This record gives sequence, C-alpha cells and structure tokens, in this order.
Amino acid sequence: MFYREAGQFKTTYGSDEAIFPIVQDRWFVIAAIAFAVLVVPLFAGQYLYTEVLIPVLILSLAAIGLNILTGYCGQLSLGTGGFMAVGAYAAYNLALRVPEVNLILVFLFGGLMSMLVGILFGVPSLRIKGFYLAVATLASQFFLEWAFARIKWFTNYAPSGSVAVGPIELFGIPINSPERKYLFVFILVAVLALTAKNLVRSRVGRMWMAMRDMDIAAEIIGIRPLHAKLSAFAVSSFYVGVAGALWGFFRLGSWEPLAFDVNRSFQILFMVIIGGLSSILGSFLGAAFIVLVPIFLNQLPGWLGVGLSTATISHLEFMIFGAMIVFFLIVEPRGLARLWAIAKEKLRLWPFPY
Amino acid sequence: MRAPAGSTVAAGEVLLSVENVSLSFGGVKAIQDVSFDIRKSEVRAIIGPNGAGKTSMLNVVNGFYQPQHGRITFKGTTRTNMRPYDAAHGGIARTFQNVALFRGMSALDNIMAGRTLKMHRNFFWQILRIGPALAEEDEHRHRVEEIIDFLEIQAIRKVPVGRLPYGLQKRVELGRALAMEPDLLLLDEPMAGMNLEEKEDMSRFIVDVNEQYGTTIALIEHDMGVVMDLSDRVVVLDHGAKIADATPDDVKRDQNVIDAYLGVAH
Repeated sequence: MFYREAGQFKTTYGSDEAIFPIVQDRWFVIAAIAFAVLVVPLFAGQYLYTEVLIPVLILSLAAIGLNILTGYCGQLSLGTGGFMAVGAYAAYNLALRVPEVNLILVFLFGGLMSMLVGILFGVPSLRIKGFYLAVATLASQFFLEWAFARIKWFTNYAPSGSVAVGPIELFGIPINSPERKYLFVFILVAVLALTAKNLVRSRVGRMWMAMRDMDIAAEIIGIRPLHAKLSAFAVSSFYVGVAGALWGFFRLGSWEPLAFDVNRSFQILFMVIIGGLSSILGSFLGAAFIVLVPIFLNQLPGWLGVGLSTATISHLEFMIFGAMIVFFLIVEPRGLARLWAIAKEKLRLWPFPY
Repeated sequence: MRAPAGSTVAAGEVLLSVENVSLSFGGVKAIQDVSFDIRKSEVRAIIGPNGAGKTSMLNVVNGFYQPQHGRITFKGTTRTNMRPYDAAHGGIARTFQNVALFRGMSALDNIMAGRTLKMHRNFFWQILRIGPALAEEDEHRHRVEEIIDFLEIQAIRKVPVGRLPYGLQKRVELGRALAMEPDLLLLDEPMAGMNLEEKEDMSRFIVDVNEQYGTTIALIEHDMGVVMDLSDRVVVLDHGAKIADATPDDVKRDQNVIDAYLGVAH
C-alpha cells in the first residue's frame, strides 16, 4: 500500500539504471544499513555475532564470488573451498612474515593470490564446459587442500599443521571484540558487494552474461572467450579469496586445511543455487538460509519444550533441512532472490487486484 | 545511430571480395570454388535451395569456418585465417538463422552488449561506476535507445528476451547487430518463420538501415518476393557452387537458377 512508485519519474539514464530505482527501496536499504551498524551493536551478544552475523556475512561474500563465476558467467566450479584456503593462507603468511602491513592490505593480498590461482585453474574452461569443468575445478580443490597440508612453508612449519592468527589491529585499533570484528566484516562485505553489483551491471557483466547465454553469439559481437572467462575466474576468485581470509581471521582464528574442504565448496554452491543464480542479493539470502535454518531447527525443539536427545535433533535437522532445500528448488528453481522479486512485484499493487 | 566511421571504402566500390573459396567437412564439399564480391552500400542477396552452402558462406565470411582454399578481402585487407572476434573488430556484424540472443538478458542489455567493442573504460572505472565510466555508459545507452526507437521496441526493452515472441526476438537480434555500427551486416534468413506483417516490418527496417546509414547488407532469404524487392544483386548457390550472379531480374530469367529450384526433366 505504501510501496508505490507512482509519481517517480526517471529523467536520466542514470536514474533508470540505479540499483534501487524506487525511492522506498532506497530508504529501506539505508535503514537496513543504519540498523546493522548502529542498532545491532546495542543488543547483540557474543553468540549472535560469532555464530550468526559474522558467518552469514563472510559466506555471503564467498557466495557473491561463486555467483559471479557460475551465475553470471555460467562456469560451474567446485573449487570454492580451495580458493578460500588460498586467500586464508596467503593472508596468514603475509601477516606473519610482514607484521607491519595494514590489515586491509592483508586481505587484499589474500584476494589477489586467490585471483592468480583462480586464473591458472580457469584456463581449462577455455576448452571444457559444464559438468566436465566442474570436475576439473574439483581437481583444483583436492590439489589445493593437499598443498596446504603437505607444503610446510605455508603453515610456517607448525607441527600440528594448523595455523593461528595473532592479535589483529587496524590503524592501531585492536579488533579483538566480536562487535569490532562484525563491524569490520560488515563494512568490507558491503563495499565489495557494491563493487560486484557495479561490475555485473556494466560492460564486464554483460560480457560475462553473453558468454553464459550464447558463447557463439558473444564471439561475433567481439567478446573474446579467453578474456571473458578468465576475467570471471579472476574476479570470482578474488572475492572468494577475501572471504577465505576473513573466514580464517575472524570466524576461525586458527584452522587447518580441513576447514576449507570440498564440503565448503558444496555449501557455497548450495547458497548460490538456493539464493538465486546471477543475483547479488540472492547470494546474501542463500548464505542466510544455509547458515540460519540449521541453527533454527536445532533450537526449535528446545523452544517448544520437546525433550529430544541431541543426536535426534541433529538427525532431524539434516532431514528437515534437506527436505526444505528440495521444496524450495521445486517451488522456485531460480531461488530466493526470484521469490523476493515476485513478492515486490505483488506488493506494488497490493491491496488492489490490478 | 550514425554512419560507420573509419571506413575507407567509398560507396559503390568493392567492400568484400570472396575469391575461389572452397570449404569441405571431411568428404562433404560445402562450398566449391565460389567467388563473388559485395559493393559498399548495396544489398546483396545470397540465395539457393536448402543445403546450397549459403550459411556456410556467411560462416566463412565472419570467421567461424576456415576455408581450405581461397582468399577473402575485406576493406582492402586480405586474410585467410581469422576468428569471429577479428571479424567483429573489423566491422562485420551478423544475425543467425536460429535466433542467437542472450536469453537471460533483457532486450536492452542484449543491444548494449552489442556495443562491447565500442566501450573502453577498464575494470576499475566500472567497479567505481563514477565519472568517465558513468558518462560512457550513458553515451552508449543513448545510442542504444536510438536503435530501440528505430526498431520500435520501446515497450519491451526491459523484458528478458527468452520471454519475447519470435518476431520480436529477431528484431532484437537485428538491434544487437546494428549496435555494433557495422560496415557489413550479414543477415541469415531474417524473415524465416514470420507472418506477412512481420516480414513487411523487417523489410522496412532493412531498407531503412541500408538507405539511412549506408550500411552494406548481405542477405540470405528464402522468400523470393522479399529478395527480388530488396536486393541490388543476387548470388545463387547450388550444391556449394555458384550458378548465377546478377541483378534480381536477370536471375529470375536464368535457366540454371530455374533448374536448381524446380528440378530438370531427365
């Protein structure tokens, strides 16, 4: 009823191409950001930060990365976990060996290293497509896992094979409380999400989507497959690498290669599929779904006062979660982002029939 | 839209010449020793019965197929091997017999994608999307809107092309090719599967493109009425070989052409 765009006229191409062309949407987003930055710290506790907010944000970033590659450029990848590991270990090694480097540069370095590795493993995509490419990227996942477990230099010769990050600080401010970690992650993820949105709605994004939809036609309008595919691998791996570094530094603190195994790759892929392919918003929705629903299912028996053993609860959690994924994919194969778009479309008219 | 810039060939001179081109796939000879030329600003039709090698010929011209023999000279430059990217870069655009649009993108984005080669701002400007990058996007959007007006598809600019009816898809595809501001436009059966009204619209667009912007057009089409009305000169292929090359009126009277289409009594 209040969601009307009547009277909002677009007079420039810029306003027609805005991310949120409708005024109400813009206010909603500003309010949401203000809420996240100003209001959340007032009531959030340790659990909410470390188990809910920080994981959702970081995994959203990884999902954005994979979405660029799989959703926008159509190249299926199962190597996300491996690329996250590259980011995490690269950031760890830079912070360890050159301690005076600024924290932001540490994360950028993680992203850049992951980008280089991503380009390298993206080369096969020039010759193979679809499932075959997925298998090739799976090989990169296993190779990278192996490399971080066996090449001792990466883990600074730690006997246990696990690495731990020291105290983290940014411009002299220690980032030690969950609240500060959350704010840092929030700002970084927000900025990177905005840049991703800018990329996918500009020339580069159209190039990727053209490659995804019809590679032959893309070539005749002057898009080089090499350029389009490798740039998608590069940007995607950069995002995934930064997410990996954030995951290591702010979620785990200390980790071993197992933290970035193939299950992580699948988890991110499910986020992208459930959230909605080729949608930045969908990456957030998918990550929230995958992280929050198990927590919710886990807590639900307790809230209802049903006495179930922990084992039963965790079995039920898996079953219900699996069923929900199947249900969602049947109802809307294009993901939560599509459901959201449909809801907004309906809301424009509600409560009138047309 | 404006006339293509940087083209050094004057109207009426040879823009593209195909000399003794032969193409075979294993034992199948798709094109045998075919030569013809296309002059600047003309509408050149390529006709022939099914399987005559018309589409193969276009694929050779725009770099999909590499002919085993022969030379192709475009704007004074001769090349034997090239990729579709080089053709696009040189100013050759085309549409496909089966619509080859980017189905997940809107009509607007499809046509905008046609301007990829004209846009030069790098990655980092696009990430920021301020100043020059924004100005560039606006400038190209402006050009694309002119094409949208020209093709009368304003109402569908934001619709994903997968949802559009076939006739409109063909029109969007023409728009994408026009967005490249090509020197040579290759149209592969632009009217296949259309009803009379859609054919008339499409014919009008082709004539307008040719007359207003001086774009050279190579046209494959089965509708003889359309071919005879639109084209300046006609090449006729049959079983991969050229059997006639003349004005529409002469082609109509050519005995070889009549035989190829209607068959010969044995």
